[in-house]
Amino acid sequence: MSMPFYVAPEQLMKDKADFARKGVARGRSLLAWTYADGILLCAENPSAVQHKISEIYDRIAFAGVGKYSEFDSLRRQGVQFADVRGYQYSREDVDARSLANAYAQLLTQVFTHEIKPLEVEILVAEVGLTAEEDQLFRILFDGTPVDEDHFTVLGGEAEPITERVKETYQADMNLQDALKGATAALAGPDRTLAASDLEVAVLSRLNGRRAFRRVEDPEAQALID
Amino acid sequence: MPSSLPAALTRDLPEYTHGTTICAVRHADGVVMAGDRRATAGNVIAHRAMEKIYPADRFSGVGIAGAAGAAMEMVKLFQLQLEHYEKLEGAVLSFEGKANFLAQMVRSNLPAAIQMGLVVVPLFAGYDLRRRRGRIFTFDVTGGRYEETDFQAEGSGGRDARTTIKLSWREGMARDEAVELVIRALWQAADEDSATGGPDPIRGIYPMVATITDAGFEEVPETEVAERFAALVERTRGGPPAPSTPPARKGRATS
Repeated sequence: MSMPFYVAPEQLMKDKADFARKGVARGRSLLAWTYADGILLCAENPSAVQHKISEIYDRIAFAGVGKYSEFDSLRRQGVQFADVRGYQYSREDVDARSLANAYAQLLTQVFTHEIKPLEVEILVAEVGLTAEEDQLFRILFDGTPVDEDHFTVLGGEAEPITERVKETYQADMNLQDALKGATAALAGPDRTLAASDLEVAVLSRLNGRRAFRRVEDPEAQALID
Repeated sequence: MPSSLPAALTRDLPEYTHGTTICAVRHADGVVMAGDRRATAGNVIAHRAMEKIYPADRFSGVGIAGAAGAAMEMVKLFQLQLEHYEKLEGAVLSFEGKANFLAQMVRSNLPAAIQMGLVVVPLFAGYDLRRRRGRIFTFDVTGGRYEETDFQAEGSGGRDARTTIKLSWREGMARDEAVELVIRALWQAADEDSATGGPDPIRGIYPMVATITDAGFEEVPETEVAERFAALVERTRGGPPAPSTPPARKGRATS
């Protein structure tokens, strides 16, 4: 009878984390940027049908990087979570904090108990009634939730992009300036990105009940130019 | 009690809150939907400001007649399902898809309709973005789904409203004419049916009117509705009555 090799828990976790980190790093980056009227979400994504950014609820959006099938399944679960809660209680009882916690629980569970961790990093963004109430939660592949202010970057190139955002970011920018800043930060000094390379959406305080709106290519291109 | 039930089933039932007159009219740019605001429990007015027309999603609306509690729950679930589908799939259901889905919901209410008389008969109307025209669907208790070509009215005052609309409806009506027509229809329904509420200028409660066009679901402002009713009352009261206004009652009134 064969005995399984002993693997130290530290080693096991480290291997899983390295594996997941590599998977996330393969994907292109995405950033969230709070501006005067809400939150701008901008991702490098040449596909027009496989969305990285989507609507969860009235004031909440979801974004994911890494393996599409995995974060899309998380997105569906988030929509389900939010719709059920809004139906059972009230629309105003659906908030990003509880959704982010639910995601954190789920990702932790998968990371600890499954053989293969999820190769994703996700963002839950909620636009508030005022800019001070805007919320950004980034959740890592192992379920660690990170509460961010003003802006956040997900994906492999997160660190250099974060540095570039820090140089140009200002609170209360208009959508055009925010998108220009976000595009430049995603592209870096050596290349430029066109609207067709990007997926852009906003959670805007001006949109009424459902704050989420996709900024389609022609509109995004006009804003960038 | 709702007339769509067999007589044997309607006796000795408790009196639930009921909704009353709703109508939808197709016009050149889409549809107009309207509903009165009164809810009744037996001969008692249960509510004076109930809303019976709801947006189902951006390009469709649903009106409710029948047991108010069950109807409101059905609308809430219908709205939720349409939005849920849209978010999950990233695409909006076809107009027919929405109507079929609502038909299933009405069908699933059949046991409650038979056992307790909680009949819910929605009216579904809106703008079909693919066919680029207004469309109206009605339903029966068993989940039967019927597309109406031009207009329809439901509820206890539906018959009076329908007759009024029928006399003046024509193809290609403008939005304003259609709004005026549903206001006249509700006026006539309230005049004939005790369970349908008319305009209530004392409390400032007026029937709800909404238009659905390629610009989406838009409620007609209450001030506009109030003005139209005021003008209608004025026409009815003085001068030669317009063809649409009710003739002055002669003879004995029964109460």
